[in-house]
Amino acid sequence: MRTLISIGLFLLTTFFTTNVNAQTAVERGEQVFDTWCTACHDDTRRTPGTAALAAKYQGALPALLEERTDLTPAIIELWVRNGISIMPFFRKTEINDAQLADLGAYLTRNNGN
Amino acid sequence: MATLPPGVDSSSFESALTEFRQAIGSEWVFSSDEDVALYRDAYSPTWNEETELVASAAVAPETTEQVQDIVRIANRYGIPLYPISTGKNLGYGGSAPSYSGSMVVDLKRMNRVIEVDDRRNFAVVEPGVSYFDLYRYIQEHDLKVWIDCPDPGWGSPIGNALDHGVGYTFGSYRDHFASNAGMEIVLPDGEVLRTGMGALPGGEWGEYKYGFGPSVDGLFAQANFGIVTKMAFRLMPEPDAHYTGTAIVHRRQDLIALVDHVNYLDDSGLIGMPLWGNRISGFGPMDPELAALVENGGSDAELDAYAARSGRGFWSVQLQFYGPEPTVQANWEYAKQRISSIEGATFEDGPLYTFPMSDEDKANHHHRVAIGVPNMEIFSIGARSERNPSPQDGHLWFSAIIPRSGEAIFKAQEVIGKIWKEEGLPYNAFATPATWTHRCYIMITGLPISRTDKSINERSMRAYNRAIEECGANGMGEYRAPPQFADAIMDAYSYNDNIYRRYAEKLKDATDPNGIIAPGRGGIWPKNIRDREGRA
Ligand SMILES: Cc1cc2nc3c(=O)[nH]c(=O)nc-3n(C[C@H](O)[C@H](O)[C@H](O)COP(=O)(O)OP(=O)(O)OC[C@H]3O[C@@H](n4cnc5c(N)ncnc54)[C@H](O)[C@@H]3O)c2cc1C
Ligand code: HEC
Repeated sequence: MRTLISIGLFLLTTFFTTNVNAQTAVERGEQVFDTWCTACHDDTRRTPGTAALAAKYQGALPALLEERTDLTPAIIELWVRNGISIMPFFRKTEINDAQLADLGAYLTRNNGN
Repeated sequence: MATLPPGVDSSSFESALTEFRQAIGSEWVFSSDEDVALYRDAYSPTWNEETELVASAAVAPETTEQVQDIVRIANRYGIPLYPISTGKNLGYGGSAPSYSGSMVVDLKRMNRVIEVDDRRNFAVVEPGVSYFDLYRYIQEHDLKVWIDCPDPGWGSPIGNALDHGVGYTFGSYRDHFASNAGMEIVLPDGEVLRTGMGALPGGEWGEYKYGFGPSVDGLFAQANFGIVTKMAFRLMPEPDAHYTGTAIVHRRQDLIALVDHVNYLDDSGLIGMPLWGNRISGFGPMDPELAALVENGGSDAELDAYAARSGRGFWSVQLQFYGPEPTVQANWEYAKQRISSIEGATFEDGPLYTFPMSDEDKANHHHRVAIGVPNMEIFSIGARSERNPSPQDGHLWFSAIIPRSGEAIFKAQEVIGKIWKEEGLPYNAFATPATWTHRCYIMITGLPISRTDKSINERSMRAYNRAIEECGANGMGEYRAPPQFADAIMDAYSYNDNIYRRYAEKLKDATDPNGIIAPGRGGIWPKNIRDREGRA
């Protein structure tokens, strides 16, 4: 029984580690986005970020951040570390520099498409 | 941006940083200007001013032992510490310290949900756990308990409770500190204290909060007597149903009787949070005819006639009912029967929700926090919208406690409305109180903040300070405030020559002789700073 469990655990850990390693920056960035951004920037107008961007751009740009193709990692970094309007900045215990880079990769994944 | 702790020179600060790095790992000591700037208050009323409250550095421990190490090192160097849990106290100080030069102890990494029990209905968490995290944990483990969350879901049950934070569901659950059922605290000398049944080795957390002897827990909220590293909260079991019914009255003076009825229902345990509203003006810009009436000091008869013409009613209260379906329906019938004694009162039935509920239905619930589902929708009130094309950069909350009576609501509208008007700030003459804390009404308003226009901040601060004074003179005191106003508020709680503060400072001096923990928090200052800065 004990052996079985450890084999199971071993498989699970290997699977999990490989899986994590195999994740791309875009995939990791999506997780960061889901943790920290979707609550204000999801695809309903009920969320304040999406509603604000709809009012800001009046349809000239998508209200949904995830559909934008004009953002750059540098712009993402600027707003995430400086905040904008009522959106405050994020500390490094919340989003560290590597996660911020992943977030940049995620939100620029469609640029040029 | 970072600034040294007052009284500490840069070389000893450097040695202290070295010790902090050894204690918790250099990755978790933030001392560059760029990193420390992330601990500024994003809604600071003194943004970029000399007087902005800024940290010297930040440390992010992962365990209670590391918190103890930090406190001991800080004592040796005389470095004040300012603990935050998730640091989202926006409108009340954000993640900035209450005394510039303090080192922020950022507990975000202590993010373990230690236990959730849905047989005895409680949770034990660490400070870095957010409402979103706790909610997700409960869903993933299919536990039949609700949390009571404030409007913003990204805060921490501990951080929120430690500022006497508030929520939306039933009875005392929405008074988050009142739901405390045991705490673990690192004291200013580095020792660990447990309260409630946690003081008994092998005792169980989560139910009885007093243990034996004096109940000292209150010292650790909105004050500076220790760093809380764990806390247990009583939770509400998932009910079968949530029912919302709305009562509407049609004349200004009807508010008095309606409040009395609602008090009866609330204090008898028949309803959850009463959500007050005014029908006469609603949210948003006021109809010009009504605005003119208000401006000219329209009489009750004139206002009542306007309300009658509009056909919307004057005041409304949305009542929440939780429990078995037949019970919630019966309680609403009873509420209607009671309130019908007010001439002309009308009612809107429903909606009714039943549980368990699918995620999709939860997402569509008309007011998710009323069923303990954390979200961030509230930020819409200040964010850009069609109605608000040039939003501010944040706001300060002014939150005065008033007695639960219609007369007190009228008084608060008058006192606060007069100041706001004189300062050129918008104020709805028909503002109604928030009832987030059981048995307590809060008249709350947001004052705008700008990162670029100093005069907006100055005006907001002036209005705030005037309101503290004039509300105080009328028996209304604030329950919570950004640190810039803590002293003025403590000054207002002045019974018997400010014995309240004098007593708290006696305790402070005895338990924290080096003044290490959060100087100034709750308007309480340690002796070293009182002496150095000539404070009373
Ligand atoms: C739009 C908007 C709506 C809001 N609505 C609500 C609401 O409905 N209800 C409500 O209560 N608040 C509300 N707030 C205020 C605030 O956002 C929340 O109360 C939030 O939960 C507080 O932040 P936090 O949980 O991250 O606590 P933190 O910021 O981590 O902590 C708050 C304070 O408590 C003390 N503290 C924190 N942790 C510790 C510790 N471990 N030991 C000792 N002291 C500690 C510190 O002084 C700290 O500054 C609102 C704010 C905004 C901007
Ligand atoms: C509290 C709600 C909230 C959260 C959480 C939030 N945002 Fe925002 N965000 C907003 C609002 C509101 C705006 C619109 C500001 C305006 O009106 O100019 C905004 C604007 C932005 C913009 C500027 C877009 C533009 O073109 O002006 C970016 C980029 C952005 N957010 C990224 C993020 C990222 C990345 C996250 C997660 C790390 C995040 N936001 C989390 C509320 C939020």
